[in-house]
Amino acid sequence: VKVCVVGCGAVGSLFAANLAQLDDIEVWAYDLAQEHVDAINRDGLRLSGAGDVVGRLRATSDAAQLPPCDFGIVATKAMHTSGAIAATAPAFSDGCVATVQNGLGNEEAIAEHVGRVIRGTTFPAGKIVAPGHVQWDVKGDTTLGPFEPKPAPPAEIERLADACTRAGMPTAAVADARGPQWRKVIFNASTNPIGALTGLTHGRVCEDPALRALVSGLVEEGKAVATAQGIELDADPEELIDHAARPDVAYDHKASMLQDAEARRATEIDYLNGGLVRFGDEHGVPTPLNRAIWALVKGLERSW
Amino acid sequence: MRACIVGAGSIGSLFAAHLATVTDVLVLTRRDEHARALNEKGLRVSGRHDFTARVTAASDARDLPDFELGIVATKATGVEAAAEALGGGRFPGATIITVQNGLGAEEIVRAHGDWPLVSGVTFMSGTKHSDTHVEYILDTPTWLGPYGETPFARVQEIAQLLVDGGLKAEALPDLLPAQWSKLIFNATVNGVAALTGLPHDEHFAKESELGDLGHLVHGLVDEGKRVAAAAGVELHDDPWEMNVLATKRGSAHYPSMLEDVEARRPTEVELINGALVREAERHGVEAPLQTAVYRLVKAREASYS
Repeated sequence: VKVCVVGCGAVGSLFAANLAQLDDIEVWAYDLAQEHVDAINRDGLRLSGAGDVVGRLRATSDAAQLPPCDFGIVATKAMHTSGAIAATAPAFSDGCVATVQNGLGNEEAIAEHVGRVIRGTTFPAGKIVAPGHVQWDVKGDTTLGPFEPKPAPPAEIERLADACTRAGMPTAAVADARGPQWRKVIFNASTNPIGALTGLTHGRVCEDPALRALVSGLVEEGKAVATAQGIELDADPEELIDHAARPDVAYDHKASMLQDAEARRATEIDYLNGGLVRFGDEHGVPTPLNRAIWALVKGLERSW
Repeated sequence: MRACIVGAGSIGSLFAAHLATVTDVLVLTRRDEHARALNEKGLRVSGRHDFTARVTAASDARDLPDFELGIVATKATGVEAAAEALGGGRFPGATIITVQNGLGAEEIVRAHGDWPLVSGVTFMSGTKHSDTHVEYILDTPTWLGPYGETPFARVQEIAQLLVDGGLKAEALPDLLPAQWSKLIFNATVNGVAALTGLPHDEHFAKESELGDLGHLVHGLVDEGKRVAAAAGVELHDDPWEMNVLATKRGSAHYPSMLEDVEARRPTEVELINGALVREAERHGVEAPLQTAVYRLVKAREASYS
């Protein structure tokens, strides 16, 4: 079985290096960072932290080098989905492509180029510390299911989930993967931009009652958009937000979007709050607060 | 009519220098070296006007002689200290003008003395290049109106003095419509600028794409207008039109709230956004967007420490 990870950043590397441990899987990685690609081909892809692994795999920045693959796992930042899948789609003409990205709209972008698409949500996290070396910060579950308009066959979704699980990335194949996806989107859309706009850590956002009320306003809108589509969240984002604010969990965590803002990197706001607004519009659900936050972060990006 | 300008930032410096061409002007500064520099070098104006004025400056109000006209030209965050410096029964013959952004400066001054008060709103702008040099950038007017029992004739007299000094000024029997137009404009534009880091540029009026900032600015202005209507205030100018006009001036203005958050200083958010949100609550009007901006700017201030 050939699997190609498209976008071998922190999350993509967790899948690539772990899957490369399996004898029955041949792993490829497509990434535009040439230094990273060269390091992987030379020394293997190393994970340290939550797990210590060196994966031997083939990496390339040239999509034409990719062999026909059974599976793709897209793990780019959301704003790079279209470009990455447009370049790599020929490798998946007989395969299925899963997204494990943040936000809304990735499945739709992939489906413009690929016939069989897997909706996915993943919780493990890490960061690239050097070319070819990723620090694995948090272990977590992954959920895969069909992307309804262009679904991958259930047996194929099972096959990929099984491979990931055997590789040490616990993954469930489900009939409806929208619940976990929307739970994560609502969590991120309601907290990450607040961190980015204020400079506060997750815990400090939550302990300011006025600010926490704004977070709840964003969560309420997100839930309403999910409900309008018949999506049942697999957990209440409010509880997860409060849980994460605990000192022993993620009180001091700077949201990735705050890290992006501090580094003046493009954020995923279009696919978080922007995605919620678009889906809300489609289903007649008003999202004034998410719209406001979206516009503010877009403005922040434009100020750089 | 001897005048005393309290606070010599860009607005205070513009008042001081222009008034000094027609009357005796005292300047009360926060820093001693600022007062000394003004006494030694005078106050230079460049830009729309070009002259250097003589002023008498001090950093301690006890060193000031009596005056008949006080202009509190500090930031909203400095009004309390300014009023305290003038208070204690001193300067009994003075009429005091406040020209701060937002609402509530008059009440703060009132708590320190029973002077006749004049409400002011100024649209002029300048850039301070040094303690003794201010560039006069926008020669838009200052509007004055009576606060409480202050006779309108007194307000007219003061407006005339400003005009004689070369500034644009107008006395209005009721300043609230102008004050509220500027309140809504400032709450919206300053808040959005502080949060996004954008100067007041064309993004604030852009409404072509779904995620464009102009939609938010428009929504914030509409909320502010609903609050004004509930408060029984008929606006002097439409804040949205003020916004669009200002973004077309060519050079983008850096609102003070943006400069404040970049320098990690306390902002005027309480007297601007806070005042508007409290007015909304008082009149039972929903203002979720203004409330969000208020909370976010407050949180941004909290992030300094």
